[in-house]
Amino acid sequence: MQLTEKHKQYWSMNLKISTVLLVLWFVATFVMGWFARELNEITIIGPLGFYMSAQGSLIIYVAIIWYYAHYMNNLDKEYGVHEGELD
Amino acid sequence: MAEITQSQFAANLKRYYSFYTGGFVAFVIVVGILEQLGVPNKILGYIFLFATIMLYAGIGFMSKTADVGEYYVAGRRVPALFNGMATGADWMSAASFIGMAGTLYLSGFDGLAFVLGWTGGYCLVAILLAPYLRKFGQFTIPDFLGARFGGHLPRFIGVVAAIVCSFTYVIAQIYGVGIITSRFTGLEFQVGVFVGLAGILVCSFLGGMKAVTWTQVAQYIILIVAYMIPVVWLSVKHTGVPIPQIAAYTSAMPKIAALEKEFNDKASPKGAKEEEVRAIFRARSAEGDRKLKGLESGPAFLTQEKEKLVAKVAELKAAPTPDPKAIEAAEKAVKDFPADAAAAKKAWTAEKGAGARAAPVKAHAEAFAVGGKTPEEIEKNRGIAKKNFLALIACLMIGTAALPHILMRYYTTPSVHEARVSVFWGLFFIFLLYFTAPALAILAKYEVYSNLVGSSFASLPAWVSNWSTVDKTLMNIADINKDGIVQLAEVVIGGDLIVLATPEIAGLPYVISGLVAAGGLAAALSTADGLLLTIANAMSHDLYYKMIDPNASTVRRLAVSKGLLLVVALLAAYVTSLKPGDILFLVGAAFSLAASGFFPALVCGVFWKRANYLGAVLGMSLGLGVCAYYMYMTYPFFGVNAPKWWDINPISAGTFGIPAGFLGIIIGSLISPAPNKEIQELVDHVRYPNLEGDIDTKGV
Repeated sequence: MQLTEKHKQYWSMNLKISTVLLVLWFVATFVMGWFARELNEITIIGPLGFYMSAQGSLIIYVAIIWYYAHYMNNLDKEYGVHEGELD
Repeated sequence: MAEITQSQFAANLKRYYSFYTGGFVAFVIVVGILEQLGVPNKILGYIFLFATIMLYAGIGFMSKTADVGEYYVAGRRVPALFNGMATGADWMSAASFIGMAGTLYLSGFDGLAFVLGWTGGYCLVAILLAPYLRKFGQFTIPDFLGARFGGHLPRFIGVVAAIVCSFTYVIAQIYGVGIITSRFTGLEFQVGVFVGLAGILVCSFLGGMKAVTWTQVAQYIILIVAYMIPVVWLSVKHTGVPIPQIAAYTSAMPKIAALEKEFNDKASPKGAKEEEVRAIFRARSAEGDRKLKGLESGPAFLTQEKEKLVAKVAELKAAPTPDPKAIEAAEKAVKDFPADAAAAKKAWTAEKGAGARAAPVKAHAEAFAVGGKTPEEIEKNRGIAKKNFLALIACLMIGTAALPHILMRYYTTPSVHEARVSVFWGLFFIFLLYFTAPALAILAKYEVYSNLVGSSFASLPAWVSNWSTVDKTLMNIADINKDGIVQLAEVVIGGDLIVLATPEIAGLPYVISGLVAAGGLAAALSTADGLLLTIANAMSHDLYYKMIDPNASTVRRLAVSKGLLLVVALLAAYVTSLKPGDILFLVGAAFSLAASGFFPALVCGVFWKRANYLGAVLGMSLGLGVCAYYMYMTYPFFGVNAPKWWDINPISAGTFGIPAGFLGIIIGSLISPAPNKEIQELVDHVRYPNLEGDIDTKGV
């Protein structure tokens, strides 16, 4: 099993998208949590700090995971490392 | 089965479960008709309990298998959507179903740590672990550790960690099963535990992971229907909008904020009444404090206090127009007077504690609301609250991405791509419940603040009088200031009440209460199933087959696994029936332990090729060790009560365990040689869904 340049590129693309999404995850969780009091001063669908922790951040998590699955599926095909059809 | 393709299989599954859902709805309607015909509630409770357990048993029986691949990983053909539902049921426990909304009702913003922590962790699962574990294949999480780091020791530590955290967690689940069965059928708690245990075993005994998967899908459907119906109804009742997740914020929340202000404003009529009740609690608390101080002066104080009460009875009796009620109360006070100093200390400490009920109402949306005498002290306490809020979220999230019973679900999908998609479905199905719970808490609070407060004690809402007679720990209401009107400070609500009483608050018939109980039971049973199977598999597959007898036959391996399942289940039920400790702490402890023990080794195993045997051994033992040590030193149950590190609560012990785990794996790996070529190839193997000339690690 010899890895080609293309394989290495695939892995670094994967690392890149993983990092971006994890940064987003970190912001939606910890930065929002840290500034919850300040965000509560703003009212969009209720006090924003509360709303984000109760619902907004959750929606972001679901979106992150959906996007990762979608992106990686395409990347697999583009770099020829996708699995054969099972049927 | 072997002839049909995966897509036909998925289509069949969709058809079966659509029929199943329709059948279940029809069943609920039939029970509803029985209720209208006058069948007593207790019988309805039994019908729900036994019908659902029989159903799970039926699915378990149909899924019986003698094939190792089906027993351990459901034959690796669970489509993403269904694996997502099974993950949802596996994940959401009794604590999520029954307890979550109540925790949010009681603690407002601060309770959201659980909502965030138990959902956001799936981002880590999706990006850092699930696809790679699926590519690796095999059966258990210790399998991965054993193959990636080589040698028996990493696998063995993995087995120990899996057993410790799963067993801690399963006790909390069986406890929930016991509470639900005893509450809705009137069986004793201990009996309820063993009835529930039968329910758990019928699901997993014959068909292992295959049976557990298909029952979990069925259980998810029941639990989500049971959770949603009452909340949607309640939302329509209060706001006219059938989408509670929006209505709660736009309609109920502003009204709650206005009422909170009014309750805390002594100049307003409602505020003045609240203040009256609070003043009584403050006086009681001061009296308790006085007596506690008196008690320290010597035993004579106790007799003096009792004499005072006796004198008061005599005085009341001697009055020109004796008041029989007052005399009765005074005589009762004499009768209830503590017999000795120890009893007195206990009773008076509780009396002093009444001061807590004199506190102003906490704003529901306020983050990190804390008390303190000076602005500096408040600022300091707020910093501590914020730190613990974030630390708890981190531990719960990383724990999510390390609990073996969840990670093991990703071995069951047909491909890496399906594994990624199934994490999405998993979180989506979990999200449905978790974004409803905060809305339910708000709607329930609105009901209490606007309808219960201000109503007269002579005509309390039916749900209040029902629950206050059933269980004082859930609903305790007393007219403290004797004005005949309910004030907020006169009501004490137990967290579990919120979900259990929602059908009644919304004015739904008893059949929906039965449905909610069935939902809670489904949540607890499904999680317990997954956990018990994890423990049994760790022992039968990793310990027995991989380490003790690698030549064991298939029949023997399955027999050992089933035997162990039975033994572990009985042991867990026995420990539960002793009612150990605080449930929430047990759950939190399981997460911190899993996070510290597994997460660093699993993540480094995939993302850092240099990580090796010594690193894994050092990292896992250091992580687990530091985490357990901190819990032991600071959790009051163990009685050491050492000072906390950076004010972090023992439930978040993973805050120290996780970095220790990473540190251990980095140092251990760097001081010993890099792993050999075969292991390097294994890492490449898990990183790419498909490689030409790839090695095969699947096992079966």
